[in-house]
Amino acid sequence: MKKEIIYSLKSPYRESLDVTGFSFGGGKKSLAVVGAMRGNEVQQMYVCSQLIQELKKLERRGEIAKDREILVIPCVNYYSMNIGKRFWAMDNTDINRMFPGYGLGETTQRIADGVFSGLRGYEYGIQLASFYQQGNFLPHVKMMDTGFTDSELMRKFGMQFGIVRTPRPYDTTTLNYNWQVWETKAFSIYTNATDTIDVKSAQSAVEAIMRFMAEEGIITHKVHAGYNTEIIYESSIEQIHSEAAGIFVSMTETGSFVEENDILGKIVNPLDGETESVIKADFAGIVYFEYNTPLINENTVCFKIIKD
Amino acid sequence: MVKTVTEAALAVNEKLIIRKNRIKNGSGKKRLSIVTGIHGDELEGQYLAYMVGNYLTENIEYLDGTVDIYPALNPMGIDSITRGIPQFDLDMNRIFPGSKDGTMMEKICAAIIDDIDGSDICVDVHASNIFLKELPQIRISVPTAETLIPYAKMLNVDLIWVHESATVLESTLAHSLNTRGTKTLVVEMGVGMRITKEYGVQLFNGILNLMKKTGMWKGEAEEAREPVISLNREVGFVNSDAAGIFVPCAEFGDHVKKGDHIGDVLDPLTGRVAAEISAVCDGMIFTLREYPIVYGGSLLARILMPSGAEKGADGE
Repeated sequence: MKKEIIYSLKSPYRESLDVTGFSFGGGKKSLAVVGAMRGNEVQQMYVCSQLIQELKKLERRGEIAKDREILVIPCVNYYSMNIGKRFWAMDNTDINRMFPGYGLGETTQRIADGVFSGLRGYEYGIQLASFYQQGNFLPHVKMMDTGFTDSELMRKFGMQFGIVRTPRPYDTTTLNYNWQVWETKAFSIYTNATDTIDVKSAQSAVEAIMRFMAEEGIITHKVHAGYNTEIIYESSIEQIHSEAAGIFVSMTETGSFVEENDILGKIVNPLDGETESVIKADFAGIVYFEYNTPLINENTVCFKIIKD
Repeated sequence: MVKTVTEAALAVNEKLIIRKNRIKNGSGKKRLSIVTGIHGDELEGQYLAYMVGNYLTENIEYLDGTVDIYPALNPMGIDSITRGIPQFDLDMNRIFPGSKDGTMMEKICAAIIDDIDGSDICVDVHASNIFLKELPQIRISVPTAETLIPYAKMLNVDLIWVHESATVLESTLAHSLNTRGTKTLVVEMGVGMRITKEYGVQLFNGILNLMKKTGMWKGEAEEAREPVISLNREVGFVNSDAAGIFVPCAEFGDHVKKGDHIGDVLDPLTGRVAAEISAVCDGMIFTLREYPIVYGGSLLARILMPSGAEKGADGE
């Protein structure tokens, strides 16, 4: 294992921000994995740390294939993590909206540029990603549909679902999108936690990455089979919006099968406790997303269902 | 008359309400919309909204048409000194045109667009953020320049900056409205979290002039100043390569030569100059850093270069 500083930024009042990478094997740039780019992505950093533990073992046992190099960057934005902020603390910009970056530009553009310089040229790229939306998601792997996306590759992770996303304008400045523009086949892996650590879910993510590496011949270690991945388009996932505002009470959980008209949850008046709205499933399917904050506004996505 | 554009229920005993003030007189069919407050930390437009509303109401007999003033598209942001939408960590100016079937903010954005749509002209007033101070300017993307520059020249700004359009900006209010055929001009002026009274007055005079030129105003209006237009000119960006505190020695609006000393980045711990900052080109400083703490990459100034002939004479 080699530990190296991928990008360094001087600060007026703190130690330098040293974005650190851990590389394994050598030769062909095969896989790069990136963890936390936001200050609340503790789970994403944790997954990378556990992956590094596994890769260390594999390297000791000689189970990293010849002429294959793997790079893991567990945490890009630990500056924000250390002070409890989500985005770059000085100007509240999101590093994952700054790619491919610009070396002569603003601070977070420079960070994105420096990190992206270290990430270019890999055959595969994996980002441990988190959502803007507050809630619990069913763990899955995702690809951005850039026109030359081979979504079948997602099967090699053996996760339950592989989701294809049609990019929106704001997606064009994410790492995942730009990796693909630079001809790296890019995936995002979502676990079911962000600012807390879910050990079981993190372990599943590590296993999925190990499975992918084994399938691609990057490692020679044998990994047990996973799910027969179902590939779906994100646009086909049905959303259920709240019809009232108040206190949100979920009565189901992600991964549950629900039948049409099953009660998924309710919204109660926050002052007098009266039920304002009962949330029912419009069709049968698997609960893919569940809102997880006690207070809810009107017209907020409270559940997403993958139709049966 | 104050009207509700759209509303949505918040979790506890409150509604998020977007309001506008409609001022109407005469038989003229023209409609001008003045919108501001998409970013909660940009307050320059608040004073303009007050001035226009107050003056038109006091002098209603000179108005021939409809003026809609939307002072706060992001009221929760303004209320909480939050640039984006509080609670969502989203920049409201990246979710237009919204969606009628979408989430709360997407629905609100769709309703705002529908309400403004059909205006003859829309002026979307922004301040800079808290870091930079901007000379009053209108920003126009290249594809809309031919249509919008004649109107921009009426607005009494110092600069019209025609820039390349980025994909990410397709989600702005202005892009969405221009795509629908509602001519929308984006004004940037001053600095975040402050009101610069002189700029408010300057743009107010521009609004009256635009109304006069388009037949909506029968009263007096001052002629607009001649703006500098960035077409065929380059913009030089001065970014810091050092960390520390930036102390400028050039003034906002100064004309500088390439290499001129415009400020320093200082290290308060060691008492040393971390970097001397020089102009990257000849031209006029139209953006200057206001917030002193800088990292490598922090924007310190923007300089509008002279037109091609003058640039050539400088040997570049």
